[in-house]
Amino acid sequence: MTTSTTSTTGTNTVADLDERRSGTSTPRFLLGKIGGALASLVLVVVLGFLLFRMIPGDPVATMTRDRPTSPQQLADLRERLGIDKPLWQQFVDYFGGLLRGDLGESYSFSRPVATMIGERLWPTILLVGTATVLAVILGLWLGVRAAWRRNSTFDRVQTGIALTLWSVPQFWLGLILLIATQGLFPSRGMRSPDAPEHFFGQALDIAWHLTLPCLTLLAVIYAQYMLVMRSSLLEEMGAEYLTTARAKGLRDDLVRRRHAVPNALLPTVTLVFLQFGMVVSGTVTVEAVFSWPGLGQLTYQALRGPDLPLLQGVFIVLAGSVILMNLLAEVLYRVLDPRVRAT
Amino acid sequence: MLFSRLRRVRAAFAALAVPLLMPVAFAQPAQAQSDNSGVLRVALVQEIDHLNPFTASFASSTMVGRFAWEFLTLPSAEDATPTGGIAESWEPSPDGLTWTFKIRPGMKWSDDQPITADDAAFTFNRIMDDEKAAEANGSYVENFESVTAPDESTLVIKIKERQASMTALDVPIVPEHIWSDIEDMADPRTDSVEVVGVGSGPFLITEYRPNELVRLKANPGYWRGKSKVEELQFLKFDNSEAAVNALQNGEVDFVNRLTQAQFDTLKNADDIETNQANGRRYRELLMNPGAQNIERQPIGDGHPALRDVRVRKAIAKAIDPQVLVDRVLGGYGELPGGLVPPIYDNFHYTPADDVKYTFDPDAAKRELDAAGYREGPGGIRVGPDGRKLEFRLTARSSEDYGQRATDYIAGWLKDVGIGVKKNLVSDNEVDETTSSGHYDLALSGWGTNPDPDYILAKQTCASLPASSGSSSSNAFFCDEEYDRLYAQQAAETDEAKRGEFAREAQARYYDQVPSLVLDYDNALEAYRSDRFTNFQRQPVEDGQIMEQTGYWGFYNAEPVAGGGDSGGGLSAGAWVGIGAGALVIVAGAATVLLRRRASTEDRE
Repeated sequence: MTTSTTSTTGTNTVADLDERRSGTSTPRFLLGKIGGALASLVLVVVLGFLLFRMIPGDPVATMTRDRPTSPQQLADLRERLGIDKPLWQQFVDYFGGLLRGDLGESYSFSRPVATMIGERLWPTILLVGTATVLAVILGLWLGVRAAWRRNSTFDRVQTGIALTLWSVPQFWLGLILLIATQGLFPSRGMRSPDAPEHFFGQALDIAWHLTLPCLTLLAVIYAQYMLVMRSSLLEEMGAEYLTTARAKGLRDDLVRRRHAVPNALLPTVTLVFLQFGMVVSGTVTVEAVFSWPGLGQLTYQALRGPDLPLLQGVFIVLAGSVILMNLLAEVLYRVLDPRVRAT
Repeated sequence: MLFSRLRRVRAAFAALAVPLLMPVAFAQPAQAQSDNSGVLRVALVQEIDHLNPFTASFASSTMVGRFAWEFLTLPSAEDATPTGGIAESWEPSPDGLTWTFKIRPGMKWSDDQPITADDAAFTFNRIMDDEKAAEANGSYVENFESVTAPDESTLVIKIKERQASMTALDVPIVPEHIWSDIEDMADPRTDSVEVVGVGSGPFLITEYRPNELVRLKANPGYWRGKSKVEELQFLKFDNSEAAVNALQNGEVDFVNRLTQAQFDTLKNADDIETNQANGRRYRELLMNPGAQNIERQPIGDGHPALRDVRVRKAIAKAIDPQVLVDRVLGGYGELPGGLVPPIYDNFHYTPADDVKYTFDPDAAKRELDAAGYREGPGGIRVGPDGRKLEFRLTARSSEDYGQRATDYIAGWLKDVGIGVKKNLVSDNEVDETTSSGHYDLALSGWGTNPDPDYILAKQTCASLPASSGSSSSNAFFCDEEYDRLYAQQAAETDEAKRGEFAREAQARYYDQVPSLVLDYDNALEAYRSDRFTNFQRQPVEDGQIMEQTGYWGFYNAEPVAGGGDSGGGLSAGAWVGIGAGALVIVAGAATVLLRRRASTEDRE
């Protein structure tokens, strides 16, 4: 799933570099970018459709496993799901539905895919959003500290910890946290069966359930923000304007905060957006460990069928979020960095 | 400078310490308030597709349905033989084609409407007339001619051919006054509590949060008497390790479908009781006997040598099920015989010593020699047609069993001169290759029911697939003798005679060995013994508690006196404390930042 999306990301970035050199008017730039994003999305739809039909497995067989089913029932089910039609016919039906904003109906749950995704979108955004915000804050803060005191014990220890956590499988880390906390936090879901009625109580209940999955995700993703921040600040640290700032008699602290960091922030901001889409698809394992009722869990369920309409729907949403975030990152970069506009 | 730094450090410590201490302060009072002694919390490791009993297909969905709606008749807790539900008595006509069920008087739906024969007639007729309503239970009405209710207490079912399994109709009976208004069975509304909440079983569905939980409350008007379990919660887990962890922490009270390793860990845990039950599933080694479709045209690409029953028998003798049970299943399985597992005593077939395949590599070699498969280069035998005796062995890579059993089997077969290429693939791919006949040897398995009709019917010629890949039987067995014996058991209403025919049919299957049953897996379950007791097993001595064909397990359970403390860690209190703690952190951080900002503004 990620390979195809990464490749689109790759081409977009290359295109972006070219553009930066030449410089274009803002509307033209925007149109070009949006057009590119739409083209990627269409590609995702086609690819998704074909890719998932190559997954071995018979949805009807999975749905009826271990249950008395007559050949007639199987045939009826195949007809109802439309998998007895030729492939091109299925694609035309599917694409037509998409244009009308209809993602189809899930095989096993016989509910509209759009509704199911809608239900799961917010828990995932809550989880990914919280983890990303915390990871960015933590990552940037540590990154700045580490770069400023390059090769100090702090730098070496923090970089080491971050790299270690980054390379740990999320699934494993989640389970370890679950076992290590000994029931201090709930093992599953987003809400207690008997959560209080009032809003405040419910919000706290969700926060309590959010702690472990969020911590797991945070631990794994903050490293990239830290390392990018660290290296881009290191690059700035040799710059002459910092010598000027120091020559003005500014304290070291201020030189860092007022002059070096804002300039070093640029690549990190784009990274935050670029990564956000990827983090959404990356929650599959975390959600599976903590039974978090989000998109990742839905993907996992859809794969088991395979529940093709559901799988395609989730794929479009996940890939779409990467494309959208890409687009935002490019636009934002143009807003943030005057050099991109000026040329 | 130094002073300000110290102050900052102290502030940071305070901000950290407060949230850490707060849960402790909140935990005690909050816990004392919650008394959930009658609430049985069950971890559900599989999904629920629908609660609507007409469309509920997944095992977990039908299990939930069993608690909510009573059946006409159902398998008893004692020995899984039919016992009365909504029907108090039943009788076939002399020709066996008309069944009359007497409805138990005085039964009521949970909304106080009486339960009558009309409700039962409506349920079956709806399945017969509406394709969408047949999705889950269509197979039970295939042989039905008509279902009528001549009066409130009499249900008459006319069938096309004699059928013994009429007392094993695993179809929940629903209230007509609720369901007759529903036009589209696929309407999501049919999964809502307004519709599925009206029931007749020991528990009533009161809340459904898809992918989170299903809550049921004890039905006060249940005809067998109200359950001592006040509330039943099915909590969704995506991950069985997390479920086991939750059991140990007291977050849930019951977990099933445990792995050997999980079961072994829980065996020694405090306040946890384990149940190693005789299961309903068998594992088998499929040996493609020449896959064909219903028109008897060959499909798939199975090795031709396996069409020779002598080769299949030789393989059966080269395999040692005892080793597989002991070493691969860790002892959590029963040794094999026929397709029906030993928990269904009346239908289980145990081969006599003179026909039993006993592990004997030399006998296997002699058999292959006699059949003309001579040893070739590399120790691999070559058939009379010059083709090497080399088979693919397909199994699930997701399962520990698939990984390890294939090693043993490959080793044993190599010893008798049969080459094996292991083909470990995804579950879906195993299903696809076996149902389309694209395999030589494959590890498979199936769950069985108290009534053996379905599992035996799957092996008849009539179950051969209409097209490639649509198979409902993957053994591709088609044998006249077997079909004759199957038909005899299907029509025999005398329980003892029927058992005899069912065993003979399995003996024929065993002899022709299109697949070799390897074992019957134990069902591994565990529960909090400090919270609940008296779970009823089905069958009584050594059966399983959860996922029975009935509601006995949880219905008869009782809370332990004084087991009110759920032991769920700091559950009730912790979130209040931690939430408040988080607020303090945010507020603290904001204050520190603001103060710093203010001071730097000053300094510059």
